[in-house]
Amino acid sequence: MAIPSALVTLLLGMGLVLAGLWVGQNVQLLPLDASSNAPVYDSLFQVLFSIGTILFLGIVGLVVFSLVRFRRRPGDLADGAAIEGNLPLEIVWTAIPAIVVLFVGIYSYDIYERMGGMVALNDHSAMHHPAAVQQASNGSAGMADASPGGSGEPRVWAGIGSSDSSEGSLPVEVTAMQFAFIFHYPDGDITSGELHVPVNRPVELRMKANDVIHAFWVPQFRLKQDVIPGQPTVLSFTATRAGSYPIVCAELCGPYHGGMRSTVVVHEEEAFNQWFETNAPAKPKPATLASAGLTPTA
Amino acid sequence: MTVASPADFEPQGLQPQGWLKYFSFSLDHKVIGLQYLVTGFIFYFIGGALAGVIRMELTSPISDFVSRETYNEVLTLHGTVMIFLWIVPVVNGAFGNYLIPFYVGARDMAFPRLNAVAFWLIPPAGILLIASYFIAGGAAQSGWTAYPPLSLTTPAIGQVIWILSVLLLGGSSIFGGINFIATILKLRRPGLKLMQLPMYCWAMLGTSILVVLSTPVLAGTLILLSFDIIAHTGFFNPALGGNVVVYQHLFWFYSHPAVYIMVLPAFGLVSEILPVHARKPLFGYTTMVYSIMAIVVLGLIVWAHHMFTSGTPPWMRLFFTIATSFIAVPTGIKFFNWLATLWGGKLALNSAMLFSCGFIINFVFGGITGVALAQVPFDIHVHDTYFVVGHFHYIVYGGTVFVIFASVYHWYPKFTGRLLNEDLGRLHFVLTFIGFNLCFTPQHWLGLNGMPRRVAEYDPSFTTLNQISSVGALLMAISTLPFLINVIWSAFAGQIAGDNPWNALTPEWLTASPPPVENWKGEAPLVTHPYDYGVPEGKIDLRVASGSDLWFGGKR
Amino acid sequence: MTSFAPGSPNPAQAPVTSASAPTVSPSIGADLHGGHDHGEHVDVRMFGLATFLVADGMTFAGFFAAYLTFRAVNPLPAGSTYELELILPTINTALLVISSLTFHRAGSNLRKGNQAGCRSWLLGTVALGVAFLAGQMVEYFNLPFGLTDNLFASTFYALTGFHGLHVTLGVICILIVWWQARQGGRISQDDHFGLEAAELYWHFVDGIWVVLYGILYLL
Repeated sequence: MAIPSALVTLLLGMGLVLAGLWVGQNVQLLPLDASSNAPVYDSLFQVLFSIGTILFLGIVGLVVFSLVRFRRRPGDLADGAAIEGNLPLEIVWTAIPAIVVLFVGIYSYDIYERMGGMVALNDHSAMHHPAAVQQASNGSAGMADASPGGSGEPRVWAGIGSSDSSEGSLPVEVTAMQFAFIFHYPDGDITSGELHVPVNRPVELRMKANDVIHAFWVPQFRLKQDVIPGQPTVLSFTATRAGSYPIVCAELCGPYHGGMRSTVVVHEEEAFNQWFETNAPAKPKPATLASAGLTPTA
Repeated sequence: MTVASPADFEPQGLQPQGWLKYFSFSLDHKVIGLQYLVTGFIFYFIGGALAGVIRMELTSPISDFVSRETYNEVLTLHGTVMIFLWIVPVVNGAFGNYLIPFYVGARDMAFPRLNAVAFWLIPPAGILLIASYFIAGGAAQSGWTAYPPLSLTTPAIGQVIWILSVLLLGGSSIFGGINFIATILKLRRPGLKLMQLPMYCWAMLGTSILVVLSTPVLAGTLILLSFDIIAHTGFFNPALGGNVVVYQHLFWFYSHPAVYIMVLPAFGLVSEILPVHARKPLFGYTTMVYSIMAIVVLGLIVWAHHMFTSGTPPWMRLFFTIATSFIAVPTGIKFFNWLATLWGGKLALNSAMLFSCGFIINFVFGGITGVALAQVPFDIHVHDTYFVVGHFHYIVYGGTVFVIFASVYHWYPKFTGRLLNEDLGRLHFVLTFIGFNLCFTPQHWLGLNGMPRRVAEYDPSFTTLNQISSVGALLMAISTLPFLINVIWSAFAGQIAGDNPWNALTPEWLTASPPPVENWKGEAPLVTHPYDYGVPEGKIDLRVASGSDLWFGGKR
Repeated sequence: MTSFAPGSPNPAQAPVTSASAPTVSPSIGADLHGGHDHGEHVDVRMFGLATFLVADGMTFAGFFAAYLTFRAVNPLPAGSTYELELILPTINTALLVISSLTFHRAGSNLRKGNQAGCRSWLLGTVALGVAFLAGQMVEYFNLPFGLTDNLFASTFYALTGFHGLHVTLGVICILIVWWQARQGGRISQDDHFGLEAAELYWHFVDGIWVVLYGILYLL
């Protein structure tokens, strides 16, 4: 009698695992993936979704089964079995979640590292430099022209993002204010209300907030970073799919928070260069400089 | 500090009798418990109406129902009312005050007068908060988190009143916590050991430790915030050299444990309800106790997972990810123990049991999304989106509020001496369960696909799911009608329950219903085995036993 | 994992009757009414006070953490300094530490039955507390910065002000205890909860000051 029961349990467990894996693979809940971060993120999501489905279906199944199988029949006034505990069982269900959680933790750490989360973007030993931070906290000056002759750079907070930003990356200064994002391209001295970036080239967003906390979020890039007044923040990403995606402010910033949206337009290389040159101010010299700096490096 | 000793217990002659006592400065823990419960429900309906405004606004993608400022006031009030005036006072104050003295075998709480003071801080604080909506400038608009600098730039009066109100409620909570710790540790009747206490005592002990350790930090932080608003200091104002992230750390040092302050008592209440209606002992008492304590310890060191996008350093993100993930282990133990409690029982499918099982299902869902949210890379994408809104409503509504309803069905006969109507109760459960899931499941998808939280307007492509969610909210609102009718009608015309309608063993049932003023006519009973249900295994009828019964039985 | 073996197995149908079998023993509840069991209550009240002081200490811990973080992360504007005049605060620290000792003497005098001695030591403690507050005022008026001048100034005033509030409250409590001791009613050799509570609180306030002095003035 015990053996068939164990067999049924085994089969049910296997069915559950297969169902979870299938759901993780085939149920698509996420928006389009348009940055180099996104596929990495999506693989983590799949794993979490599969594990979650297995656990959820298993526990709901147990509850529903118990409610049906062990319901009190009319006229039955007896008690259940006086079982108060079972040490091996408790060890099992302490150990299994611990292992699962440990696995998930290590896996997400790996993902985190692949997304560039563990890279210390800036030397944080510079953070005590008074002038720099003072300047940052004034919020008056951008970060690009920070402390030319100073003894250190201002402290910069790094957002998570694939920060292979060492060379060839496109710097963009982002100013968040109530209730808009302003994008400024120091290379071409272009100021824009929309973010235009080329495909497959790292972009380095240097972000600051003028008034209250905002958050820069592009769902299709799976990237979000709070933009905090007094904390210049760098966020790097590489777009991988041409198209237009929403930029959303994700931190309550006042009455028009819901309307604080913009668009990121990911261009093919040539289209971006064209956009860049049409929008750069008429001064010839910066334009050529900019286009010179835009020769494909990757 | 007003420490009233039980010796100062006023003679009952000076206390109002009859229904008037519920409006008085009563020192009776049962009266205070019911005062908390009814006050909490009043604020629940206010908070629910506010939620209705939010869901109404979100039926269309443009801001068209209320003004944007009003919308922000409404969402701030909704969060604050639901957390500080509904869930915390009810799961701690109401059931804690009513049950804990019974469970430890005392005639009242350790400090009855402090207890009454703690309760009577709540109505003024609540009225103050609600009233701030009607003054010039309106209520606070910066969300229940009141993040600076936004909270420094929104209309000051509303924000200061919000701070004042939360300080009063925090004080009430701390006084309550001190009282529970002293009662559980010091007022146990002779012969009753700690490891013989019903599980709810352990849950309240853990909760109260969290309250005492973390609430004062919030109080201090809000005092500094009010300085920033009133005296123009710069603690959290970057324009004056301050640091907003420090506020977030201090705020979440309270507000993450606050989640456990809201769910641990619910865990305790479920542990009381399930064994009674499953007619089985609570499975794994000892591990349940250790799990609670593990949750308390871990709950204090996970706060920064609310700040993964706030520019926290990588090592901090890593630490808080791991600490947060590990909370799943003790929490998981508790859920498996409840499942094992159900397994092989004789489950009465009444409203209390149904709501408890609804709690298990909802909370497991919220727990799974919680473990996912603990992972930094995952959280980065969905932080501050409707995914988070869905997640925490699964925890606090699907978890705690379901347990509050289960508890009302379970203890109503104790409060009033009459049973609630089971048909209305089951109707209430079905409507709530469907409405709740309809309301909050779609929000996960919305968050994953780009809808941030706290917005009055959104991308039109999200309209349909938001409307489904609003229909679910409407269903939840409707579901309270059978409950209200049931509670009011049954108080006068419900079936007489008798002293112990559930044949329960915990001490509160071993006296009259409703209980006399000092809980027992004679000595308090010594209950050393509060979950001693069930047929000893030797007597299991083999004809009705399944293979699994034998499996469990054989291993022991 | 049988934490409590089913020692008294129930007949399934009537669990209530079997489970209770309540062994009759004196319950604590009885103390709440008639019998004034002195020791039991004092114990719970002191326990409650200690728990409250843990909570109060957490408020200070929050302030300290905020201060240390500000100091580590947010440098002051040019021209501001963390340097403070040390002489007066050091004298003040000494005053508070001595006042803890004098309070202790007051307590031991009471327990020995020396009511008069107890009262004079209490007054001595009050004098030290008031001297501390006066010293604090003198320091406030001679500081080179005001409340909103910079982050350090704001934190300094918040911390010392919050602590000063505690000292003021403590002085008032001691005066009440002294008054009750003078009336001979509520504070006596047999009933010294009020005095012990005030003493515990006073030691707590002193301890907080020592930490505060360390991180605010010396660090």
